[in-house]
This record gives sequence, structure tokens and C-alpha cells, in this order.
Amino acid sequence: MNLDPSEEQRLLAASIERFVERDYAFETRRRIVASSDGYSQDVWRTMAELGLLGLPLPAAYGGFGGGAMDTVSLMEAIGGALIVEPWLATVALGAQLIARGENDTLRELRDEQRRRILPAVAEGRLKLAFAHAEAAARHTLAHVATRARANDGGYLISGVKRAIPQGACADLLVVSARTDGDDSDVEGLSLFVVERDAPGVAFTALRMLDGTRAADVSFDEVRVPAQALIGAPDRALPLIEEVVDFATALVCAEAVGAIKSANDATLEYLKTRKQFGVAIGSFQALQHRMVDLAIEYEQAKSIALLACSAVDTGHDAAARSRTVSAAKARIADACRKVSQESIQLHGGMGMSDEVKISHTFRRLTAIAQQFGDADHHLARFAALS
Amino acid sequence: MDLDYSADERAFRDHVRGWLRANLPAPMRDKVVRYAPLDRDDLLGWHRILAGQGWIAPSWPREWGGTGWNVVQRYIFEEECGYAGAPPLIPFGLAMCAPVLLEFGSDAQKRRFLPRIYRGDDVWCQGYSEPGSGSDLASLRTSAVRRDDRYIVNGQKTWTTIAHLADWIFCLVRTDAAIERKQEGISFLLIDMKTRGITVRPLPLMDGRHEVNEVFFDDVEVPIENRVHDEGKGWTVAKYLLGHERMNTARIGTSKRELERLKAFAAAQSKNGAPLTDDPRFRDKLSRVEIELMALAITNLRFLDQLRGGRVPGAEVSMLKIKGTEIQQALTELMLEAGGPLAQVLGPADPVDIGAPNDDFLAALAPRYCNMRKTTIYAGSNEIQRNIIARHALGL
Repeated sequence: MNLDPSEEQRLLAASIERFVERDYAFETRRRIVASSDGYSQDVWRTMAELGLLGLPLPAAYGGFGGGAMDTVSLMEAIGGALIVEPWLATVALGAQLIARGENDTLRELRDEQRRRILPAVAEGRLKLAFAHAEAAARHTLAHVATRARANDGGYLISGVKRAIPQGACADLLVVSARTDGDDSDVEGLSLFVVERDAPGVAFTALRMLDGTRAADVSFDEVRVPAQALIGAPDRALPLIEEVVDFATALVCAEAVGAIKSANDATLEYLKTRKQFGVAIGSFQALQHRMVDLAIEYEQAKSIALLACSAVDTGHDAAARSRTVSAAKARIADACRKVSQESIQLHGGMGMSDEVKISHTFRRLTAIAQQFGDADHHLARFAALS
Repeated sequence: MDLDYSADERAFRDHVRGWLRANLPAPMRDKVVRYAPLDRDDLLGWHRILAGQGWIAPSWPREWGGTGWNVVQRYIFEEECGYAGAPPLIPFGLAMCAPVLLEFGSDAQKRRFLPRIYRGDDVWCQGYSEPGSGSDLASLRTSAVRRDDRYIVNGQKTWTTIAHLADWIFCLVRTDAAIERKQEGISFLLIDMKTRGITVRPLPLMDGRHEVNEVFFDDVEVPIENRVHDEGKGWTVAKYLLGHERMNTARIGTSKRELERLKAFAAAQSKNGAPLTDDPRFRDKLSRVEIELMALAITNLRFLDQLRGGRVPGAEVSMLKIKGTEIQQALTELMLEAGGPLAQVLGPADPVDIGAPNDDFLAALAPRYCNMRKTTIYAGSNEIQRNIIARHALGL
């Protein structure tokens, strides 16, 4: 056991901390969220310069070859500062799918695809989104009604994807589509890279509860070449599960940062807000609730680290998924408790849009259901136990 | 003992229910059940319909327009209105200022304000909370200095619900800063919102809606005849009023309607190819809220029964407020959960659409969830309610 971060991880954490302090104050974030793009190209460039966009990408394709554990300080910072830039969608989902997809028959094409996309992602020139979720899917990853029909040496994709995180600003989409089987079959799924401006692709940009942007994306007979395939046709579900587990573990770490930020703010409020002539933190009824929030943070941090470790080292897919679901179920409960209690302990001030805690509340509410809510992951954990 | 309503009470309920069915305008009801924002016309429109029927102020004395209903009938009426999806009535005039005037007001004040409140001529708001005075209301600092036949008011109120729509505000102000016991230097003033020196600034809440405000008073002149009760007796008035404010917070009827809505909505959502209501985890949570509501409905009736003899409500209303708001919040939380990932969508990002009314019920769930967090904070936070129970009911 060694729970100390490595020297590299420590340096990275320090540089991220400086970046957030300098470039992502709450008022700056407020302006970014209200801007027409809903994210900042300057911030995105800075993240590229700091090496954050290549952090968990293979070294052979312009990345730093890091794992989930190496992203923990970044994810906590994203959660703490409520960063809305499309890091998770681009790096932890889109780029991971491309980096991890294996296809023995198209090995050279696959390398070409990676060479074309991954270094550009690391340099901040390409933003990605994973166009997977559909209206009837809820949290079930296998549920895909979008179809890709083989046609003229390539494929024609038709279907509708709903509320794709960061879909509004993505340059490239990784699209899941059914090349075989029925809507809920585990076999028959394939993944394709689709250009944003390909004929037949239409976007409706959406505002989300947590201040991020998403998009409904429809595909109407969108033609892609065979080289657009990621991994093997018909057998994409294990890859999707692997990458979504990876991203879920990272979102757990993000939640830890948001919980820390909420707890810090609440604790500060309890110490400074005076009623009845004393700081409200002197009331035992409130002290015990603050203590419970502090315990939530520690438990959340632990289970998030466990999940990040599991996605880095797990060769057994079932064991990996089981740990990730344990983490996400626990984190969802922590998100709910911490978000609701921090508003309550802030009183009316917590309801105000002008105070950061109400935004942290919204992000924690969103994280609680992102990649599956507590019920979904409890069921998955139990099924894998 | 019989937990059911008597035949007379049932007949009364059926009468109210029938009248609501015939007289609650469908567009109004529709806005309520869709969680759409209600404007001044919606709120006052329903007020005036009830006033026309003579049912707007059941608890007032008959000479001022009260219905003469007993506490159980009044409860039945309110629960039926909530269950039917009637817009909530703005309480600040009807249920807060008016009881104060009836108890402490001069005859001239009653004649001047009560008929206007009854008819819904004016919208009232409540000037209580200040930046430094929330749960500790008596620490308020807004000052009113006597100058001849008027008070000069300076200071700031906050979290003032619908101040931006209001014609009048009733305020707690400090008329004696020197007095040692802070409760004794407070007076209760009625202030015309059009008076020079009043500024209203919106305080956007996290659901994005404009509901509460900051109200600034800068040398605002208030005629002395607008003071209710004696100078320095404002705290007596405030305590009396807080009891009234907490009378109807259980909202059983509204929660019953929301529960039915939640069941129907969840049944229409699909999880793993089956209705969400088939999912045992979700169904258990739904059942727990329903059971809690069933118990609270009877608790509410038991407390009402104790009030039949005319006893002033005490710590019971604090219990109703705590459980009622917890149930309301649990229902909105389950509704958001039932909505799944797509309930995270607030609306189109296109700037022209921002702020436009959103007809999509799914998109109203997350803002609703955010908004309802206020219920355990407002009208005496649930922590303050627990203090009241501890002190006054349990003797701790």
C-alpha cells in the first residue's frame, strides 16, 4: 500500500490548483455559462497547454499515458470549480473509445484513426462527444435503437440521440448504432466516428441543470465509410461498458471535489453566520449535521479512489464493473445528502442563484444520476456480487 | 372513535368538490399542475373567483366576510382546493396581514384594508427577513424614526416573496434602538410600495425564476396611522402572525394530488423495458412517501380536532410543517428521479428561448426540485420548528 501521490501527480495537482485559481473563479464561470458557446475556448486552450487534454491518452498518440488515478486531482478540481468545459466528454469518453477500440481486421485503419484524432484532442484542436443515450434507454447501455445499415462499402446511420453531454460543441461524434439485433440486445452494437457537419446530422443545443450544454442529435441516413468504425462491428458493448466504467469512476472523483467545495462553503457559513448573537455553528444540532457531511466526504473520497484504482488495474470486467457500481451508488447517496444539507444549512442564502453553493447543488444533483442513479448501480452491484 | 368524516362533513366536502369542478378555470389548473410560473393575473384571478363565491376568507369573522365554517370545514376546503389544483392564494394579505388587523388593528385600519384584501384589490408582501436576521428575526435592524406624524424608514429586507408584484408591504421595523430587550423595540408598519425611497431588486433563485427580492428603504415616509398596535408591540404582532403562517403548511391535498401525478408519471416511464413503477427499488420509495402522507393526513385531523374547542394552536403546527414539507420535497425528488437523465434538460440553449415559458413537463421537474428546497427553510426553518417543539411541547 502507498497512499501518497507520486511526485508527478503532486506537481500536476499544484499546477491544476494554480490554473483554477487564476482562470476559473466563480464569477468567471458565471460568464462562461452565460456565453453563447457555453464554454470557454481560452480555458480549453489553457487546459491543452497544461497537458490536461492528453492526460489519460496513450503516449504513442500525443498523450501522457496516465490512468484514472492520474486524473483524480483534475477531476476533483473540475468538481470543485464546477468546470463546464467538455473534458469528460472529449477525453474520458470519445477519445477513450477511439484509443481502446480494437479491430484485428482493420489494424492499419485503426492506427490511422487514432493518429488523426488523438493528438488533435491532446492539443485542444478537436472536441468529442459520445452520442449514445436514447429516449427509451434510461441508464441501460445496451439499449440502442439507432441503426447503421451496411451500404456501398460503408454504413448509413439513422436514429435520434438525446441530451448528449457536450454534444453542442463537439467537432466529432462517436456514435453507437445497431448493426444487428433488436433494440435491447447485447450483441449487434457498433461504434462510428461521425463528423459534426456530415450531411444528415442535425443538432438542437440544450441547457442542462448543471450549467453545461448538451444536444439532441438526429441522424438521417448519414453516410460513413467503413474506416469510421471503432473496434469490431457488432461487438461494441464490452468496449462501451469499459469506457463508461472509466468515465463513471472519474465522475465519482469529480463528485468528491464538488462535495469538498460544498462542505468547505457550509463549514465557513456555520462559522461566520451569526444568529441569536452567536455563530450558528455553535449549535450542537447543526454541528452534528456538519460532522455527518464531513464523514460523507471521507467515504466518498475512499470509494472514488477504489473505483479509479479498479478501472486502472481490473483485468476482470465483472470485478471492475462491480467496484464502479459500488462507488457510483455510494457517491449518488453522498451527492444527495451533501447537496440537500448544504442548502438547508445555508438557509435562504443557499437558494440564491448568486451564491456558488446553489450551483454546486445542481452539479451534485446531476452527478447523482449521471451514468446511472443510485438504484441503477445498486442493482448492478448486486447482480455482479 | 371514527377516523372518517361525518355525514355532514362529507356532504360539505362533496359540495366544495363539485363547486371547484365547475368553477376552477382549466387553464389556471393546467398551469398549476404543469409547474408553470403563475403571474399576478393567475394569482389574483383565482382570488377574485373565490371572493365572488364568498369563500376567500373563511376564517375571518362573518362581519368581514368570513364563512362561519368550523376548523374541520376550513381544513376540508383548503385540502380540496389543493387537491383540485387551484392556484395557491397569496397568503400575505389574506392569511397574514388580515388576521393581524383583525386582532390588533384600529377600526379605521380594518375598514381601510380588509375590504380591499377581501376583494383582491392589492397584492401584499411580507417585510420580515433581513440580511442579518433570518431565524433570529428579533435582531432586525431596519429603523423607523418618528418625525411628527410620520416614521422615516431606513434599511433593507430580503427574501421578500413577490415584492415585485406587491402594492403593499407589512414590515417589522425597529422604533427603539436603545432598549435592551431587542424584542421590545420593534413595531409593525404597513407601507405603500409606491412610496418614494423604496427600491426592489430581484434576487434570482437557483431555479432561475424571479420570486423573491431585496427591498431597500431609503428615507421612506410612512404615516403614523399605518402602524398596527402600539409602538414597540411589533413582536407581539409578529408572534401572533407566525402562528397563522404555519397553520396550513401540511398541504395534504396538494401532496395527494402530487402523489397521484407521480404514480401516473412513473408508470409511463420505462426502465429495462417495464414501467418504472414495477421496479421494486423505486416502488418502495414511492410507497414510503405514500404511507407517510397517509399518517400525516390523520395527524393533521387529530390536531384539528383538538382545535375544535377554540384552543390556540401550539407546537402541533410545527410538526405539521416539518412532515408536510419533508413529504413535498420527497415527492419532487422522486418526480425528478422518475424523469431520469432527460429531466436534466432545462430547455433549448438558443438565447431567444431562455426565459421563455417552457411547456415541457419533463423540463419543469429539475427547477421544481430546486425550488422546493425552500420549503424546509421558509416560514420558520424546520430547525426553528424543532426548537419550538423541543421547548414548548417537550419542555426541553
